[in-house]
Amino acid sequence: MNKTQTSNDDIIICENVNKWYGEYHALRDVSLRVKRGEVVVICGPSGSGKSTFIRTINRLEEHQEGRIIVDGIEMTNDIRNIDAIRRETGMVFQQFNLFPHLTVLQNITLAPIWVRKQTRAESEKRALELLERVGIREQASKFPGQLSGGQQQRVAIARALAMNPRIMLFDEPTSALDPEMIKEVLDVMRELATSGITMLCVTHEMGFAREVADRVVFMDRGQIVEENTPELFFENPRHERTKLFLSQIL
Amino acid sequence: MATEASQPRTRAPRPSIGALEWLRQNLFSTWWNSLLSIVLLFLVFQALSSLLRWVVTTEGWIAVTSNARLLLVGRYPPDQIWRPELVVMLIALLLGLSGGVWRGIPLVLAAGFSVAMAVLGVLSLGLPPDQAPPVFSTRLFLFGVAALAALGIAAGWRLREALRWPLVAGWILLYPATILILRGVGDATIGTNLWGGLMLTLILAVSGIVLSFPLGVLLALGRRSNLPVIKWFCVGYIELIRGVPLVTVLFMASLMLPLFLPANVRVDAVVRAIVAVTLFSAAYLAENVRGGLQSIPRGQVEAARALGLNVVQTTLLITLPQALRAVIPVLVGQFIALFKDTSLVVIIGLMDLLGAAQAIYTQPQWFGIPGGVWRETFFVVAGIYWIFSFTMSRTARQIETNVNVGRL
Repeated sequence: MNKTQTSNDDIIICENVNKWYGEYHALRDVSLRVKRGEVVVICGPSGSGKSTFIRTINRLEEHQEGRIIVDGIEMTNDIRNIDAIRRETGMVFQQFNLFPHLTVLQNITLAPIWVRKQTRAESEKRALELLERVGIREQASKFPGQLSGGQQQRVAIARALAMNPRIMLFDEPTSALDPEMIKEVLDVMRELATSGITMLCVTHEMGFAREVADRVVFMDRGQIVEENTPELFFENPRHERTKLFLSQIL
Repeated sequence: MATEASQPRTRAPRPSIGALEWLRQNLFSTWWNSLLSIVLLFLVFQALSSLLRWVVTTEGWIAVTSNARLLLVGRYPPDQIWRPELVVMLIALLLGLSGGVWRGIPLVLAAGFSVAMAVLGVLSLGLPPDQAPPVFSTRLFLFGVAALAALGIAAGWRLREALRWPLVAGWILLYPATILILRGVGDATIGTNLWGGLMLTLILAVSGIVLSFPLGVLLALGRRSNLPVIKWFCVGYIELIRGVPLVTVLFMASLMLPLFLPANVRVDAVVRAIVAVTLFSAAYLAENVRGGLQSIPRGQVEAARALGLNVVQTTLLITLPQALRAVIPVLVGQFIALFKDTSLVVIIGLMDLLGAAQAIYTQPQWFGIPGGVWRETFFVVAGIYWIFSFTMSRTARQIETNVNVGRL
């Protein structure tokens, strides 16, 4: 594994990332640097490539051009590099993607046991702590299918955190939830943001972005159109497309 | 009246109708419906009563009871009959212990086995004492096996924790132990050409199921592989086997295989049949498992990979368990089909349960009985096939319910 030395404290560096689906140019020269501990919200209309972009960071999508360096590890086709990056990053999906055949506790302890080689006892202790943190310790022995959407997404967050990642990637974590459950997930994410972990979050929750994000990135048609602090982004958007987008969703 | 909160009720109202009302509504609602019902009831009554009359009055059962050994073990030497009996006793003990330890499905199976053996023992009391298999030892054996299973349940119930792993090891060792006991060691081996009847059917079926399962899963995974060589080998194999009937595979294994091997290498006929059944079943199994694998949403693999699990871990821990769960009904259907398909080995000269039936009704001593004894023989053989198939089917149904606990 080659560790590329980076002089600054950027934990994620993306340089001119390009991706095509066949003829379709999904990501166009996307460049983004995320500092250690920074909370970045990516927003934009559907089909703008924001999910694709966040998924290239842990290689759920392959990019064809450009560089991605995560915590000093350059993304190459070498599976060892990819696995090393995946151990640094936790991911939370729109559809939760919990493992339906495992209990909540087993969902959380699976990767620590098999990837981090922790003992069952220590992984379960940690899992219960995390469940406590997301407020559903009493659901530990249930199966995902017995939980509400909001509870499932909180389990998914606990599952990602169990690997002690430096970076959390959120891919529209509240888009599949009923309105009354969005808050309970956002509360967990809010608490997480204050803990110092680096967060990259694709979401349409503009209230959350305004309140929690250090920086807001706006994407459209596979490009980053605008990035700014939340105050300037919401009060004083520079581009027409950003203004149009904000006027439609706010 | 002000708004009054309605109390939640614990059950939906259930319409209750009497038996007469049910009959009126379902069978006699119109005059032509009534006519149809009466005619059909008459036909069903006719059929059942003549079947029952035949069962009670026919003399042919003697052909089955006096040939019980042929049906059960084929031409296995009578003085060595303790060998299959020992195997059955081992199975009874393991089954009983498993029933006591794991409860649930194993318990039902063990108790059912014990009761069935006891019932057979009681039925054997009605046999005339001059039957060909020594009746006394048969009774002793049947009641002994029933008692062994029952004792096993009791012992397993008490020694629960201590027995778990020894029992798993016991079941794994049962297969080689069975082969060893049935063949014997040293000079006095009993050739598989003498194995037959229900014993051979079960050996073929169990071997086929146990061996084709891992092979089929590997083929299914191989077919989804990214490596072209593996993928196309698996596709080619599956499509080739699925394109030909089992009979041809059996013929290939028994007639063509020796041509490919050196002249001094002789592969046992039963082994050849097992190989053929396994290779055949694996191709179908692979397609069923592949169906299960395809039903797993992409997000499952993505979540596993994002957590850092590698490809092998993702397959073994995430996709395969879910895929196999999804295809339990299809797999069991296939295993039942395999169990019954083993009857085709008759055409390559093995005498399984069906072969034994043919041997019985062609025996010359029954020619005096009007109409022969083939009805009685096939009736019993069909019943035996049905008992095993039905047990498999019900067991699978129960397993399905159990693994679906907590999944909505």
